[in-house]
Amino acid sequence: MSADPSTNGQVPGQAPGQAPGVAPAPAHAAPPARAIPGSGQVHRHVLVAIVLNKPGVLNRVASLMRARNFNIESLAVSHTDEPDVSRMTITLYGDDVAVEQAAKQLYRLIDVLKVQDVTAEPTVEHELALVKVRAGERRRGEVIKLVEMYRGRIVDVAADSVIVEAVGTEAEVDALIALLRSFGIKELVRTGSVVMSRGSGSIQEAIRR
Amino acid sequence: MTTTTGDERTAGAADGAAKRPPGATPSATAAAPGAAPGAATGPARARRSHVPADGTPTAAAVEQAQKEMLHEARIRHRTRIGADVVCEALIRQGVDVFFSYPGGVILPLYDVLGDYPELRHILVRHEQGGAHAADGYARVTGKVGVCMGTSGPGATNLVTGIGTALLDSIPIVAITGNVPSALIGKDAFQEIDINGITLPMTKHNYLVRNADDLPRVIAEAFHIARTGRPGPVHIDITKDALQQETSAPHPTEEEVVAGLPGFRPTFDGHPRQLRLAAREIARAKRPMILAGHGVLHARAWDELRAFAEKTQMPVAHTLLGIGAIDETHPLSYGYMGMHGWKHVNRAIQSADLLFAIGMRFDDRVTGNVRTYAPYARIIHVDIDPAEIGKNVAVEVPIVGDAKRVLEALLPIVEPVDPAERAGYFEQLAEWRRESEASSWHGSGAWRDGLLSADYVVQRIGELTNHEATYVADVGQNQMWLARYTGFRHPNSHVSSGGLGTMGFSVPAAMGAALGRPDRETWAITGDGGFQMTFQELMTLVQDHIPVRIALFDNKKLGMIRQWQEIVYAGNYHSAHLLGPDFAKLAEAFGIPAWKASRPDQVDEAIRAAQAVDGPALIWFEIAEEQNVFPMMPAGKGLSDLIETWGGADE
Repeated sequence: MSADPSTNGQVPGQAPGQAPGVAPAPAHAAPPARAIPGSGQVHRHVLVAIVLNKPGVLNRVASLMRARNFNIESLAVSHTDEPDVSRMTITLYGDDVAVEQAAKQLYRLIDVLKVQDVTAEPTVEHELALVKVRAGERRRGEVIKLVEMYRGRIVDVAADSVIVEAVGTEAEVDALIALLRSFGIKELVRTGSVVMSRGSGSIQEAIRR
Repeated sequence: MTTTTGDERTAGAADGAAKRPPGATPSATAAAPGAAPGAATGPARARRSHVPADGTPTAAAVEQAQKEMLHEARIRHRTRIGADVVCEALIRQGVDVFFSYPGGVILPLYDVLGDYPELRHILVRHEQGGAHAADGYARVTGKVGVCMGTSGPGATNLVTGIGTALLDSIPIVAITGNVPSALIGKDAFQEIDINGITLPMTKHNYLVRNADDLPRVIAEAFHIARTGRPGPVHIDITKDALQQETSAPHPTEEEVVAGLPGFRPTFDGHPRQLRLAAREIARAKRPMILAGHGVLHARAWDELRAFAEKTQMPVAHTLLGIGAIDETHPLSYGYMGMHGWKHVNRAIQSADLLFAIGMRFDDRVTGNVRTYAPYARIIHVDIDPAEIGKNVAVEVPIVGDAKRVLEALLPIVEPVDPAERAGYFEQLAEWRRESEASSWHGSGAWRDGLLSADYVVQRIGELTNHEATYVADVGQNQMWLARYTGFRHPNSHVSSGGLGTMGFSVPAAMGAALGRPDRETWAITGDGGFQMTFQELMTLVQDHIPVRIALFDNKKLGMIRQWQEIVYAGNYHSAHLLGPDFAKLAEAFGIPAWKASRPDQVDEAIRAAQAVDGPALIWFEIAEEQNVFPMMPAGKGLSDLIETWGGADE
């Protein structure tokens, strides 16, 4: 679902009331309640925003999300191959209408070039986590085996701990962290998801056109 | 907010020739005394601190900037500096008047203003007044209004006005000075993060630290403010940027557009959506047009009338949509919403199609969304895609400019014979007769012969031949004005609808009067709002701005009192408001004033005020406990209007 303004948006929610041309129902028949936008089924959405790399653009996006009452789960920002363009991956919870509203609000920011909701698209979605796990000499082998099974890496070893680097989908990283918990997690950091659509299509090329 | 005196100007003039733009090359004199404050700790004891190390270029720049702040030396090398760029850019944008208040860091601009006599500078008495004046100017002219202030308190005083402009989509450009760029972040005198403050309440904002950026930024700001859905843009300029020499050229409009790849508003409705809309309109039996402020922004009133006539759809308007259609037009049905006409709300609740254009289904318009217009399918036209589906789910969304969409719809909608709608129109007319007869006091007297506010508003409308600009404050006076004046012309009604800013009317009327000097300008205000910003009376006098002020004095915060009476069981805390002798007050400002406390004094006072060449004030002592009816209590729907409370003749 794209919130590109040139498509004129889309019809949110279902049709309230009844077919046109019908006279109002008698007073005793209570009319159906009109749906309140944003009150539908909540689930996780992933938005990709291509923005101009200008000072304060992250502040603008974060401020908008706060002011409009959208709940960001994660936000990852980085440069792209074009020096003046940055890319944000925003994961948030809401119903389809609320998230579409978030995308439209993002479009109102002058520095935002393109917003795409890639939730329903086939994508590659990864994040990276660093986990400092308690692991003395006795249990280190166990940790290493577990990490290998999840195609993670040990990136640092100390006397009584190791740092595990895990890369994968949010669910994969969640699963590895759950297993590592039994050893004792001393420290944990996650980057938040970054996402790219599968296939040859390119959101950046779409902007250049 | 001023921090300097004239003496310093003359003192600085002598060595003006030796001056060079600060920050360009830190001079030796600046670096040398820089050792003094650091002497206590000594350069040997290197400590981690936000204070730059002595002897470094950063320390020299800070030192230089602090000296500039303290000495305010006059810079008189008439090469082109940042301040010149600001003036040139304003002239290029067609600005003829702007509203401002000087202060320390914006003085470089004031230093060159005298060289640009095309720019009329209005010295307001408070920056909030300046922002409202720019707003009022923009509303009546359709041009971009400009206000300025200095850093710190000057900038924060502008904030209420910027917020007012944002909520009502008014194109203004607010310019503030800021401390020299080397002092930013150091909590310098009168420094505040105004960019952070205005970020969520502007369409866009800028911080300029380099004069070379000024031509582009100012051109972009005006383009963004007026293009698409209008709105306020704030530009914060550091003092050194105002003083810096520059030869940067002004960009063309094409260059501005090319430099804003993320700002491409959609003006034309999608043809498929237009065809869908035409089909919905052809099927509707009880349709209604809901006209909002967007019709006025797009200057689409002629197209709206033609569209309504061709499709025979009655037109209801929002508070800010007043003037989108002449209220005497047979298809004009009236003002909707919380204090709107009962017949209008009733018609919306029974409509089978709403054609909403340039309005945003604000909570004051819909009440409880669940029970709003339960039988209606909705076509929603707005230039801002984010408005569509935000508050109310709609069947046919159309993103586009009101004028362009109506122009495109006109040829594809089927003409309707009024006879086909005879039954519908008859019903509407009956509802209208019923509702107009209630809550109106044609005799001019409310209970016990006390002066009725609706009568006063109506007489102001009639005696000005409905040709004036009417500027509302906020509260009961605003609702009376909206309901009883009788508006005939676009942009003749100015009101803070979205933010509901008390104190708006007098300063906004100041801007409106300068924007449309061909029309009389009336500020309608209550004793509460008037006491918030009446310092601008002196601006009216000094700059000879002919604003007629109708002050509705009920010795109360009327709308507060009304809510406390009806919703809070008569617990009148802080509703009673002491006011001065307003006639003497006006007299002290040199403004002629009249007082009217009885219906038979109203016309005479209005005529007397009209005859004045300059500002005038009428003090209407109105009934203290009169309410605005009908009223939709918060959380209720359009079908739940309260029409009377207490007395029988409300």
